[in-house]
Amino acid sequence: MTITAPAVTDERIKQAGLIITLLRRPEVGAAVAALAIFTFFSVSTQAFLTPAGVATWLYSASLFGIMAVAVALLMIGGEFDLSAGAMVGTTGLIVGIVTTEWGVNIWLALVVALAIALAIGAANAFVVMKTGLPSFIVTLATFFILQGVNLAVTKIITGTVSIQGMGAVPGFDAVKVFFGSSFNLFGMDVKVSIVWWIALTALATWILLRTRSGNWIFAVGGQITSSRQVGVPVMKVKMGLFMTTAGAGWLVGMLQLFDVSTVQATTGIGQEFIYIICAVVGGCLLTGGYGSAIGAALGALIYGMTLQGIVFAQWDNNWLKAFLGGMLLLAVLVNLYVRRQAGVRS
Amino acid sequence: MTHAEASAAPPILEVRDIGKTYGSILALQGVAASVGVGEVLCVLGDNGAGKSTFIKILSGAHAHTQGKLLAYGVERTFGSPREALDLGIATVYQDLAVVPLMPVWRNFFLGSELTRGFGPFRQLDVKGMRRITKEELAKMGIDLRDVDQPIGTLSGGERQSVAIARAVYFGAKVVILDEPTSALGVKQAGVVLKYIAQARDRGLGVVFITHNPHHAYPVGDRFLLLKRGTSLGNFKKSEITIEEMTKLMAGGAELDALAHELARA
Repeated sequence: MTITAPAVTDERIKQAGLIITLLRRPEVGAAVAALAIFTFFSVSTQAFLTPAGVATWLYSASLFGIMAVAVALLMIGGEFDLSAGAMVGTTGLIVGIVTTEWGVNIWLALVVALAIALAIGAANAFVVMKTGLPSFIVTLATFFILQGVNLAVTKIITGTVSIQGMGAVPGFDAVKVFFGSSFNLFGMDVKVSIVWWIALTALATWILLRTRSGNWIFAVGGQITSSRQVGVPVMKVKMGLFMTTAGAGWLVGMLQLFDVSTVQATTGIGQEFIYIICAVVGGCLLTGGYGSAIGAALGALIYGMTLQGIVFAQWDNNWLKAFLGGMLLLAVLVNLYVRRQAGVRS
Repeated sequence: MTHAEASAAPPILEVRDIGKTYGSILALQGVAASVGVGEVLCVLGDNGAGKSTFIKILSGAHAHTQGKLLAYGVERTFGSPREALDLGIATVYQDLAVVPLMPVWRNFFLGSELTRGFGPFRQLDVKGMRRITKEELAKMGIDLRDVDQPIGTLSGGERQSVAIARAVYFGAKVVILDEPTSALGVKQAGVVLKYIAQARDRGLGVVFITHNPHHAYPVGDRFLLLKRGTSLGNFKKSEITIEEMTKLMAGGAELDALAHELARA
C-alpha cells in the first residue's frame, strides 16, 4: 500500500470509478467477444446476416442459453450440475414413452416429467448438502445413472433407442404452441424457444440482483459459513438452485421434443460441459459467488453464433470444439484479469 | 474519560461466579465481570485461558453450568445465540461473517435485507440499503466512497468496523468482539481500536477479547484477566498498569524462569 496525500488519492479513485464499475460487471468480457464474433461471421459469410441465418443461430443459442442461465445461477451458488444435459433427454423420453406407448394424456405427461426432474434435482441437492461431497462428483454419478437409464429403459419399452410417432399423440399440436411453435418477426421465422430464453434470462437477472433470494445465491456461493452465521437458509437456497437446473432441463427437453416430434435416448449427453463453458465465458467463477445470468446468455449466444457460423463458412465442423476450448481459456484469463482490476481479494 | 454516571444503572451484562464444564473438564470457573453502557470490558488471557468459553457463554452459544448471568439486572440462561441477540447482545466473530466478493451494502444487510412491494413482486430496497449502509458507516467514522465495492477490497480493520456497525444497526447494545485485532498489523489494529472507542462513545457496551495488553489498555475501562479457566482478577483501569497486566497474564514467575533459562542457553 502506498501512502499519498488524501485529496490526491480520492480524486484518482473517483476518476477510475467509471471504468472499474464497468469492469466489475461480469458479463462485459462476453459482450465484447459476442460482438467480435458477430462482426466476424457477418463479414465473412453470406448467410449469417440473412433472416433465416439469424433465426438459425438464435434458435441454437436459445436451447443452450436456457440451460446456461440455470447452470450459471447454480454456479454462482457454488455448485455444479453435470446431470443437466442428460436431464434434457430423460424428460423428453418420459413424455415420449408415456404418451406414445401407454396413451397417457399429454398434459399429464408434461407434469409427470417435470415432477420427476424436480425430484432428481432435489435428490442431487440433498445428497450434496447432507454428505458435504462435491457436487461435481454427486451429479457426475447422477449423469451416468440417467444416461444408462435413458438408453436401457427406452430399449426395454420401445425396442429401439428413439421415440417415434409423437405427432400423432392427441393434444400434440396444442402443446406445440408453447414449446415448438414459431412466429414471424421482421421476416425471421422466430422459434418460441427464443422467447423462453430471453424471458428466463430477464427473470434470472432480476432474481439475482433485486431479490433476497438472489442475494442469498451470491452469499452461499461466496462464503457458506458466513451465510449460515447471518441466517441465510443455505439448504433451501441450494435445493432451489438444483431444482431450477433440473426444471430448465425439463423445459429444454420439451422445447426439443415438440420442435422435432422425436427424441433420441442419447439426447443431451455431452452438453453439460457446454452449459458450464457458456456460464464461465459469461463471467461465472468456477469457485462460486460471482457471475451473471446475462453473461451466461451471452456465452450461449457466442456458442450458437459460432456453431452456425462455422457451418455457414463451410469449415470443418470439428473446429468448433477447438474454438470452444480456446474461448474457455480466454474467458478464465479475462475473468482473472477483471477481478484483479476490480481489486477483489478473496 | 469518566463513565461514572453510567454505572448507577444495572450493567447491561453481568456475570457472577460463572463457570462451564464440558463433561468432566472444567473449562471455566468462578469468573465475575460486568459491562455497562459506554463501557469497554477487556478480556485478556493466553491461549487456553478460557476466553473462548467465556465468549460462548455471553453470546449464547453454550449455556453456563455454574454461577449467574444477568442481562439488565435479570438472571438469564441463554439457550441459543438468537436469544442473546434478541436482548441486544451481538457477537462479531473473527471471520466476521462477510462474503468477500459481495458489495459492502449487500454484506451489511445479508440475511436481513430490506424489501418493498408485495407477493411475487417483492424486491430489494436497493436505494434504502445503500443509503443506510453509508450513514451507519459514517456514524462509525468510516467514510466509504463507494458502498458498491466488494467488501473483500476493504482493509482488515475496515471490514471489522463494518461488522461492528452492522451489529449496532441491527440493535446491539453490547458488542462482543472476538480477537478483532489479532490478525491485523499495527496500523490496522489502531483503526479498530479507534472504532471500539467510537462505539463506546455512542453508548454501547463493548466486550473486547484479546491476548494483547497493548491493544486492551488504551481503550479498556475494566480488565478481566483469565488463566487456565479461572479469573486472575477483574481490575479497573486505575487499579492496574500495563506492565502488571502483562506480567499477570504470562504468569510472572514463569516468565522470570523463562528469562533465566534463555539467558543460560
